[in-house]
Amino acid sequence: MLAADRIIALALMGLSLYFMWHATVLPIGWTDGSGPGGGAFPFWLSAVMLLASGGILLRSILAHPHEGEKFFPDADAIPQVAGVAGLLIATIAATHVVGAYVALMAFMVIYLRLFGRHGWGLIGILTLATPVFLFFFFEVTLKILLPKGITEPLFIPLYAKFF
Amino acid sequence: MEIFGLLADGFATSLSPLNLMIVILGVTAGLFIGAMPGLGSVNGVAIVLPLTFIVPPSSAIILLAAIYYGAMYGGAISSILLGIPGASTAVATTFDGRPMARQGKAGLALIAAAVASFVGGTISVVLFTLFAVPLADLALAFGPAEEFALVLMAFTTFVGLGGDDVLKTIVMICLGLVLSTVGLDLISGQPRLIFGDLPGFYSGISFLVLAIGVYGVGEILYTIETSRTSPSVTPAKLSFRALGEGLREMNKLWKTMSFGSVMGFFVGMLPAAGATPAALMSYGMAKTFSKKPETFGRGNIEGVAAPETANNAASTGSLLPMLTLGIPGSPTTALLLGGMVMWGLVPGPMLFIEQPDFVWGLISSLYTANVAAVLINIALIPLFVWALRMPFTVLCALVLVLCIVGGYAPSQKLHDVWLIALFGIGGYLLRKDDYPLAPLVLALVLGPLMETSFRQALISSQGNVFTFVERPLSGLFMALAALFFVLPLLKLLRQRKSKPPAVAE
Repeated sequence: MLAADRIIALALMGLSLYFMWHATVLPIGWTDGSGPGGGAFPFWLSAVMLLASGGILLRSILAHPHEGEKFFPDADAIPQVAGVAGLLIATIAATHVVGAYVALMAFMVIYLRLFGRHGWGLIGILTLATPVFLFFFFEVTLKILLPKGITEPLFIPLYAKFF
Repeated sequence: MEIFGLLADGFATSLSPLNLMIVILGVTAGLFIGAMPGLGSVNGVAIVLPLTFIVPPSSAIILLAAIYYGAMYGGAISSILLGIPGASTAVATTFDGRPMARQGKAGLALIAAAVASFVGGTISVVLFTLFAVPLADLALAFGPAEEFALVLMAFTTFVGLGGDDVLKTIVMICLGLVLSTVGLDLISGQPRLIFGDLPGFYSGISFLVLAIGVYGVGEILYTIETSRTSPSVTPAKLSFRALGEGLREMNKLWKTMSFGSVMGFFVGMLPAAGATPAALMSYGMAKTFSKKPETFGRGNIEGVAAPETANNAASTGSLLPMLTLGIPGSPTTALLLGGMVMWGLVPGPMLFIEQPDFVWGLISSLYTANVAAVLINIALIPLFVWALRMPFTVLCALVLVLCIVGGYAPSQKLHDVWLIALFGIGGYLLRKDDYPLAPLVLALVLGPLMETSFRQALISSQGNVFTFVERPLSGLFMALAALFFVLPLLKLLRQRKSKPPAVAE
């Protein structure tokens, strides 16, 4: 765990520095008579974050590794967690192009088949029912249009019917 | 008594057909969400919040509060039937709930949990009703200096009482506060932290985006990892005889339940504490004061009643500072607060003056939610047993779809959906490395209040920093904050003193 602890602490230190760099766009100092400037709050809080995560890094370097130290506990779950995370990212990226409906249906088919190992019957029902629910709940009832990308023309007859 | 009049008016709102239906719907949904292993009240509220646009704002808050309540009841169901807590708040319920289920007394344990939750919920709602007005009146005297000191105190409770790694807690508080400053500077109106002029950041980072990321996507990733083997569901048979027996057994436990309720309520008010420690404390107390402490952990019904009263009481307790002071007592109430702000119902003392109908409607709906929850809980036990057999991957797929669409819906920007994925994966990694996530969410919600009150107080005192300690109430909060902050150091010093010097190996 110590190695993971160090990597995360280093990443947080980097993030703090990145925030501090961006915060300097507005004044970070003290203005007489009115207190801190607009950039002071993010800058100094990031500085505290930098110190605290630096402390975590230092502590993990000084600490002795435990017996049977693992890099990350439950490492056998990593392929599955990483797979789901990757699929999620791919789904969001696909939404830009093919729209939410196609992307989410593809997500459900791949996820339920690859990770859930379900039968095609259940997959079919869930994959068809979910977009129908989303359409009627968000688009028809709440008037919130979901992104459709290149599939937009397919929805024009539906718009004509329900709006 | 003025309170009774106000409460009666509140019931006129909460007993309207729409609101009554909403309470029943919310409690049922909450029970199912709470019963699912891994999902608790905070996940339920985060995932469902975007769906509540379908009802008017005041009803939406009642719906979310009902889900919160239902989920607190539901947490016990998987603790008893699966031996896995439905949410961290129901951890203590597994200690005796699981052995009871193994002995074939799952039905009795479920009834005990439901009745205990009802007692805890009801006693704490009465306490809530009594304390709400005096606390709101006190808060009316708050200026920016007091507000800042109070928020600071709320954060230091995480450092002093949270029990997590102090450095990691500080990192999470700072990260949440920095993320809350993204967007336009509240005082000068200039853009800041927009990361190379990305237009999506101009409107800031919504609490909902962080909450759906951390408690939706992150939680699912975490649960995928922890529940690789599917657990076995213990069948629960329910008969009227068991119900009668359960009620008779519970009748003997008044002392434990009333103590658990009162303690849970006050522990719940602290931002860093809340339902999980309250339930564990109540369990510990019940065991200590029991005549037969050795029976605890082996299926003692008192071991189910004690944590269940306390965790429900704590959930009501955490609503009190949220509604009266605008300082949430738990991550779930932080989301409720964020939702209320989004709908223009800013919590705090002014809400009691400007929107009494809403406030008392909400308070009275907590009473109806309790009654609805206990009835629905007991009536639907067979359905929960069936629902717990649902494959986790199906639940997972549906929750992830709701996270993506629900994250997009409020502001209709794919930018937010990307942030959700980022926060989800980041939150999962941070949680694996034992970083506490509750302070992160609370900091993002309270950040704007903390910064504006700090700067307003300084502007009105012409830059005099002593304004925070010169005003009596603000000074008191600052002193308490300082105390909470040094508490871990004091503990460390005491440990060092009591430990004999290490012998060289």
